[in-house]
Amino acid sequence: MPFLRPFAGLLSALASVLIAGMALAVDLPALVANLTTGSFGDRETAVGALAASGDARAAPILDALAAGQLYVRKSDNTVVIGKPDGNQLALTEAISGKPAGSGSEAELDRVRVNNRLRGVIEAAVGSLTLMSPDARVRREAADALFKRRDASSLAALDQALAVEKDPRIKRIMSEARAASVLASDAPAAQKVEAIALVRERGDRDALGVLQATASSSDGEVKVAATAGAEAVRQTLAAWEAAQNVWYGISLGSVLLLAAIGLAITFGTMGVINMAHGEMVMLGAYTTFVVQEVIRTSAPHLFDASLVIALPLAFLVSGGIGILIERGIIRFLYGRPLDTLLATWGLSLVLQQAVRSIFGPSNREVGAPSWMSGAFQVGQLNITYGRLWIVVFALVVFFALILLLRRTPLGLYMRAVTQNRPMAAAMGIRTPRVDALTFGLGSGIAGLAGVALSQIDNVSPNLGQGYIIDSFMVVVFGGVGNLFGTLVGATALGIVNKFLEPYAGAVLGKILVLVFIILFIQRRPRGLFALKGRAVE
Amino acid sequence: MKLGSVMRTGLVAAGLLAGAAGSAFAQGAPIKVGILHSLSGTMAISETTLKDVMLMLIEEQNKKGGVLGRKLEAVVVDPASNWPLFAEKARELLQKDKVAAVFGCWTSVSRKSVLPVFEELNGLLFYPVQYEGEESQRNVFYTGAAPNQQAIPAVDYLMQNEKVQRWVLAGTDYVYPRTTNKILEAYLKLKGVKQEDIMINYTPFGHSDWQSIVAEIKKFGSAGKKTAVVSTINGDANVPFYKELGNAGIKAKDIPVVAFSVGEEELAGVDTKPLVGHLAAWNYFQSVKNPGNEAFIKTWQTFTKNPKRVTNDPMEAHVIGFAMWIEAVKKAGTTDPDAVIDAIIGVSVPNLTGGYSTMMPNHHITKPVLIGEIQGNGQFDTVWQTSGLVVANEWSPYLADSKDLIADWRKPMNCGNFNVVTGKCGGKGK
Repeated sequence: MPFLRPFAGLLSALASVLIAGMALAVDLPALVANLTTGSFGDRETAVGALAASGDARAAPILDALAAGQLYVRKSDNTVVIGKPDGNQLALTEAISGKPAGSGSEAELDRVRVNNRLRGVIEAAVGSLTLMSPDARVRREAADALFKRRDASSLAALDQALAVEKDPRIKRIMSEARAASVLASDAPAAQKVEAIALVRERGDRDALGVLQATASSSDGEVKVAATAGAEAVRQTLAAWEAAQNVWYGISLGSVLLLAAIGLAITFGTMGVINMAHGEMVMLGAYTTFVVQEVIRTSAPHLFDASLVIALPLAFLVSGGIGILIERGIIRFLYGRPLDTLLATWGLSLVLQQAVRSIFGPSNREVGAPSWMSGAFQVGQLNITYGRLWIVVFALVVFFALILLLRRTPLGLYMRAVTQNRPMAAAMGIRTPRVDALTFGLGSGIAGLAGVALSQIDNVSPNLGQGYIIDSFMVVVFGGVGNLFGTLVGATALGIVNKFLEPYAGAVLGKILVLVFIILFIQRRPRGLFALKGRAVE
Repeated sequence: MKLGSVMRTGLVAAGLLAGAAGSAFAQGAPIKVGILHSLSGTMAISETTLKDVMLMLIEEQNKKGGVLGRKLEAVVVDPASNWPLFAEKARELLQKDKVAAVFGCWTSVSRKSVLPVFEELNGLLFYPVQYEGEESQRNVFYTGAAPNQQAIPAVDYLMQNEKVQRWVLAGTDYVYPRTTNKILEAYLKLKGVKQEDIMINYTPFGHSDWQSIVAEIKKFGSAGKKTAVVSTINGDANVPFYKELGNAGIKAKDIPVVAFSVGEEELAGVDTKPLVGHLAAWNYFQSVKNPGNEAFIKTWQTFTKNPKRVTNDPMEAHVIGFAMWIEAVKKAGTTDPDAVIDAIIGVSVPNLTGGYSTMMPNHHITKPVLIGEIQGNGQFDTVWQTSGLVVANEWSPYLADSKDLIADWRKPMNCGNFNVVTGKCGGKGK
């Protein structure tokens, strides 16, 4: 009866499906209940068991657990998933997926997770979602499994690899498979093959896998893993140098932003303005206020908050700069020591004023979506936030150059700073130009504040951290020379970042300062000294 | 001369008036309590809150009728984050205002600078912040954690629960991180961690460019062994550090960071969503659920008129310290420092985590240790806690020059650094 054989097969398949279905129907609530009790170790086992059940309903439950959204309702001990909905939580029953009304945190016990459990869950969910129709989800699942490198995920990976169409995801999957092979007790030949695949990946995670393999195996596998790790390390070392340059440019752009306003007030006007840092701080606080207003009245504009804050910060800091110039500094021209003391006192006054108005603690300034995240160039990790700051610093810098070179105001400014009596004789109202110049320098410091609010604390002490660095950059680059400031900032940034890994942050900073002292001894006028009569 | 005599007459008159007032009201003059916290300068960010919490505690105590039938009066001074000024202001509080006790200081250097003053004028100082240990003074009560009440349990947790094998000890470059890291390094080596698996990194105060250090940590963490960062990074530098960690894509499940100086207050200025899962070790979290804590949070938010105001560990330390001082004064029947120093040892008061804390003879208190993970809402979720209370080791048993020392301020020993090997008081330092 050969024709009956398929039927028999079909029957047994049907039976097994039925049994499996029944087993699941009985098991799932018990498995889920296990998730909510016992120590973290017990729950780790429970997660494994739930994932091994292969039930489609397991993935959302595990996801909720990892996100801290799995609760046990106190009144009837049901396991529910709670999604925030206003002040309440919208509940759905975890097992059936039916809506279960809403509840507040007080009526529910949240199921706690820790880091380790979250890692286990991610890998478990990874093996469940490898076949997901969403390419992004598959990719994340494969990534998670690569990091997890657990022999138990081999079966799921093999299954997924067989049907995967997208070549990029397929590659990550086979890398994850290779990592899992290395963690299993597969024969040496397979492992050596896997090492070659991981070696090609060539990033830090790959290095981690290879080093772990090298230390836990012997024979030809150890040799291959050690050689692979060495090769990966060498390529990474080259990328590291590139990375340091990028970090240096990024630090340089921050220094440039902070110093560029000072290059005007100190560099061209000769005013030692110790309150420069506070102008930066005011710009940052303006950003905070703008974001607060947007959060409460027009949340959809949040991504534009920084763009809105820019002109306002310029006006606030610039306006206060003009007030300072008119109120204090104009009486002190030609008396540098008195200016230094007066502006230093003023910086303390401004700090305390901000502390009294906004409170002493840090204020949260959010990052708009186009400034968050990062992208990879080879093994180079570049964050959008830093990239935009570099771009912004250059834009501000060149706009300022244009203003000074190509506009009447710029012409007046240069005329007044170069030869005040002659400019006055030509009919330029020098006091007005002084005030505008000082206001421009302060306004640019305000712009810097908007950018710095993205990477530093917005607190009353924000400006203090930048004042020394700003003076250093201006003096090093050459007083009165804007291009000197650009080159000085970039050079100091890069030198700093190359020193830091070898000498540490503290010693690195000391070395840079020593270098600048020696440099100023040799060239008192900085990198690009002004020549000719303008010097006097 | 003339001015002096005028002033003297004035003083006599004032004295007479005060005397008259004293006899007129059976209550007597209020008892003064000094508050020595920076309200301006770098440390204002942390210390202003502690000043407010003290004002609240004093107000609450006065509602209950004060102590010994007398009201309490707060004397607030501002040492402005300036260490020598701390000593001057402490002297002012003790000599001019004649306060019965002082609650104050945050940084170790400020505490060190006021120590001689409290010793000379025999005052009482309640110090509420976790610190590096290696100290026990007759006039000081340490209500914050010693290293074994915070750092060591945190490392144990990571070793046992997250199976960490490689350690980055990152800190700000000053006395607390350096001493704590020295203790941790000795402890890790005792546990069999090799030198090559420990990376120590110091950064200046207010360090803001963390790119290359975070890259170093990432590199150190890719050796195929589970890696964790133990952070004693202080104050303002934390925000850019955590931002950079988020930017570099280091998640808590890859390389967890456990911090000893980051609490609810510090997180108030940060978007914590990328930080979920990073850890902190303290003796109190705002999220701890028990009636005492809920009542405290409510009182605090009403007092500050801000329903979102957070609480933190040093605040709890002041709550405990203040309650202990009140108990000791009641027990001694006087605010005289010598009597209070004798009476306070053994005093137990409820802490806000649902148990009792006791003042031990070494002038430190017993505490539970809690490990919490940062949540998306800026709060911590307790993932682990010690089963009982931990007694402070003021002298670390892991450091060669302090392992033989103990402190016991009861008679007859009455010594802060008794060397159990030589049997003499004064094993180290003074």
